[in-house]
Amino acid sequence: MLMIALLLAVMVLVLRLFYLQIIKGQEFRRLSLNNSIRLQNIDPPRGFIYDRHGTLLVDNRPSFDLFVSLKDARPLAETLARLSPHTGLTVEDLTQRVQSVPRKSAFKPVLIERDIGRDALATVESHRYDLPGIDVQIRRLRNYIFPNFAAHLLGYIGEINTKELALHENTDLRMGDQIGKFGVEKSLEQYLRGERGGRQVEVNANGQVVRVLHTVYARSGHSVYLTIDRALQEKAEELLTGEAGAVVAVDPQNGEILALASNPSFDQNDFVTGITTEKWRALIENPDRPLNNKAIQGEYPPASTYKIIASLAALQEKVITPEETIFCPGYHRFGNRTYRCWRRGGHGKVDLNQAIARSCDVYFYQVGQRLGIDRLAFYARSAGLGKRTGIALGHESRGLVPTAAWKKRKTGIAWQEGETLSVAIGQGFNLATPLQMAMFTAAVANDGKRYQPLLVKKIAKAGEQPSAARPPKLIGRLPVTDINLALVQKGMWEVVQGEKGTARIARLKQIDISGKTGTAQVVSLDKFEENEEAKDERRFKDHAWFIAYAPSEAPRIAIAIIVEHGEHGSSAAGPIAREMVRTYLGPEADAQVSARTEKPAPAEDASAAGGRGGHG
Amino acid sequence: MVDRRYFTYFDWGLLALTFLLGLVGLMTLYSAVMAGVPTPQKALFIKQLIWYGIGLAAMLVCLLFNYKLLERWGLVIYAICILMLVWVMFFGKYVGGSRRWLIMGPVSLQPSELVKIAVIIVLARYYAKYVSSRGFSLRDLQIPAVLTLIPFILILRQPDLGTAGLVVLIAATMTLFVKIEQRSLILLIGSAVVMIFPVWFFVLKDYQKQRILTLFNPEGDPLGTGYHIIQSKIAIGSGFLTGKGFLQGTQNALSFLPEQHTDFIFSVLAEEWGFVGAFILILAFLVFLFWSLNIAFGCRDPFGTILAVGITAMIAWQFVINIGMVMGLMPVVGVPLPFISYGGSSLLTTLICVGILMNISMRRFMFE
Repeated sequence: MLMIALLLAVMVLVLRLFYLQIIKGQEFRRLSLNNSIRLQNIDPPRGFIYDRHGTLLVDNRPSFDLFVSLKDARPLAETLARLSPHTGLTVEDLTQRVQSVPRKSAFKPVLIERDIGRDALATVESHRYDLPGIDVQIRRLRNYIFPNFAAHLLGYIGEINTKELALHENTDLRMGDQIGKFGVEKSLEQYLRGERGGRQVEVNANGQVVRVLHTVYARSGHSVYLTIDRALQEKAEELLTGEAGAVVAVDPQNGEILALASNPSFDQNDFVTGITTEKWRALIENPDRPLNNKAIQGEYPPASTYKIIASLAALQEKVITPEETIFCPGYHRFGNRTYRCWRRGGHGKVDLNQAIARSCDVYFYQVGQRLGIDRLAFYARSAGLGKRTGIALGHESRGLVPTAAWKKRKTGIAWQEGETLSVAIGQGFNLATPLQMAMFTAAVANDGKRYQPLLVKKIAKAGEQPSAARPPKLIGRLPVTDINLALVQKGMWEVVQGEKGTARIARLKQIDISGKTGTAQVVSLDKFEENEEAKDERRFKDHAWFIAYAPSEAPRIAIAIIVEHGEHGSSAAGPIAREMVRTYLGPEADAQVSARTEKPAPAEDASAAGGRGGHG
Repeated sequence: MVDRRYFTYFDWGLLALTFLLGLVGLMTLYSAVMAGVPTPQKALFIKQLIWYGIGLAAMLVCLLFNYKLLERWGLVIYAICILMLVWVMFFGKYVGGSRRWLIMGPVSLQPSELVKIAVIIVLARYYAKYVSSRGFSLRDLQIPAVLTLIPFILILRQPDLGTAGLVVLIAATMTLFVKIEQRSLILLIGSAVVMIFPVWFFVLKDYQKQRILTLFNPEGDPLGTGYHIIQSKIAIGSGFLTGKGFLQGTQNALSFLPEQHTDFIFSVLAEEWGFVGAFILILAFLVFLFWSLNIAFGCRDPFGTILAVGITAMIAWQFVINIGMVMGLMPVVGVPLPFISYGGSSLLTTLICVGILMNISMRRFMFE
């Protein structure tokens, strides 16, 4: 039976061979002589990117590339001479470009100039008959409609490299293809890319297509609607102008990122055709790191904004009561060291509310001492510090929540009790990203509910209606009771709205804002005073933090701001928060005025930021 | 002590057939790698020559001991091969999106090739022990099914659909050879047919279905396999009756053939030697396969018979699938043509199989 099966199979094979070689042999011989079946590529259009309201942020534009076919452009010198005035390139330039191409083929057109623009295209097209062998080919180029806008967030694309080609998900791509390199362009690559198409064609001896045998149409990439509000993002970037820093704004009700700005920025369009060496060098040599997305990559000591976490921990662990007062003489002695309050003269007797409002360091030294490092670390982690938030962007930093065990493992040296005091006021080993602080602020504003940051609102297949909006993802709660949370919220309200708050500068007339200032030391205070000259040098100045949410009674926006070397949380970052709130809630804020007449807003927009007094 | 009878009974015919196929293979490979533009890949040819040396040595080793030792050591060989597959899963080298290769210094090996022999040995061992005229029941087939499915799943995950499918085809052929109870056979086929529908409609995802459909309908993928098949058919067809001559194949030389030195090598041969050459190669394979079936039926020990049938099944399936594939009759799965395709692991496996066949052949009159 095996033999019969085998014989049958072989008979089928021989018959097929006979059919292919003897019956159809002539036809196949002809096809093989011309070598005439080719594959042509059809690149898919990359998906567009919109903001939450459907404003187009990124699309594709046609690029007109100038080619010359050497076999048709005869005499070459004369043709180039005639081409020169249309393109603005000198004859020498053109000649040199043609000659610089290695291994020229008479059939394969040589690229002279990319992206010649519509005007040049028009004149070249109208002089077609004088320009034999000159050809313009159209290619799609990524177009970032608002240059520099949300550059870190949107990211950019570039030519695929060998490392990316080797990846499993890129098996469809080839050398020369474009791929997302940074930001949303990279993290949403799978949606934006689309699917390549192609044609199987028969060509004649000149390489011209005679017949299309098969076509597989390219499929466009999906359109992506981000949660970003374009106006707010633009405002954030405007407010950061001239500074190095970041602003993150979140909707506390669902974790949607409304703005995520980092400054200085860069023009993504420079990357589309390959960035020039000079521009690249300028970007990487800039000490303010324009290519760095400070909102998610920047790690800073959270400074006094951390006191919100310390307060929640202290209340929940019952190491203090809201009524208890602590006397602040301007310093705190612990062991054989003196820990200073930022306010030399001291705050006198302060309770929790005033400690938050006036950012009393001594109060929190006490709190830290009573809690111990490990309990502080527990609450910091529960607030989302020390781990990535999981935003849909690459290169996110973790930040750092120090513990005794961590220090022992890392340095081999045991934890010093005194270090707990520094941690309690957000200094020491503490590190957090602006996004982490924004998400934490959102959780405080939203009665302890923690959402994952959401960057993508919806995704639509090309030519189709967008899918339903992505649902918010609740990832946990702050481990504190509602009563304790309310006490801390009250303290944050006092920071901006209260008589002695550190951020009265951030007040608006119609809307109550709650917040907390912070001033992160770049150099320790001792060193600072040793070197008087260093004081004025920008790179030794402190970083300014501000976290805030508004309106205080029903929050719709939570914000975290860092201004590198901005010195004081209140003066440098406070006004930014105020303007962000005004921009986002502005139109409706007027309507709310009548509803709030029984509680008139303080008229004065007093600044508490004189001298070093704004130290949060 | 070497018994003189070994020489008397040595299967010179099988050796001659092996050398014939090997020579055709090297000649075709030479054309496939040397006629290509822009760069001839002479190194590949040299490498294949070295692999021939290693393979012949392995073949010789397979002659030295009585094949019945394989029955005793079957499970150990199987276990080693499975371990190698597991190792590949974690530490194998990625080539073109799949993980099949084990790198050992200068040589790289595909354990999935060797595992085919191991499956043949353990199945032969099991069936030889329990074979009866009644045939196997479903319950008896549980163990062989597990022995087949373990390597099947491991190879499928690499992913290497061709080799994984081959393992199942070899096992199925051996099982049918040792007979299944009629009732069980009907039940088995029936349930397989019934299972296909829910799996197709509920288990498989769209892209998986797409891939399977493309296997059977390459024209549905004109930019990928469809293009390869068209070029392969042009190459074969253009060979006409007598071919374009050695090193004269234009389809091959101009790199229109995909993988012309591995899976599509038959196209190179058919283009250069025409119908006559291709027909002779097919005939040579047929003679080889009949020869090895003859060895199977000449053996009086059930283990030897089943082992030889398994080896024949392996070479026969690869031969039919590969040639069917390049002529556009079979799904495009990566299955090499034994003796001819470039590839050390495949060649080594084939030559070890020939060694085992010779071993069975020359000991057919001895009872130890």
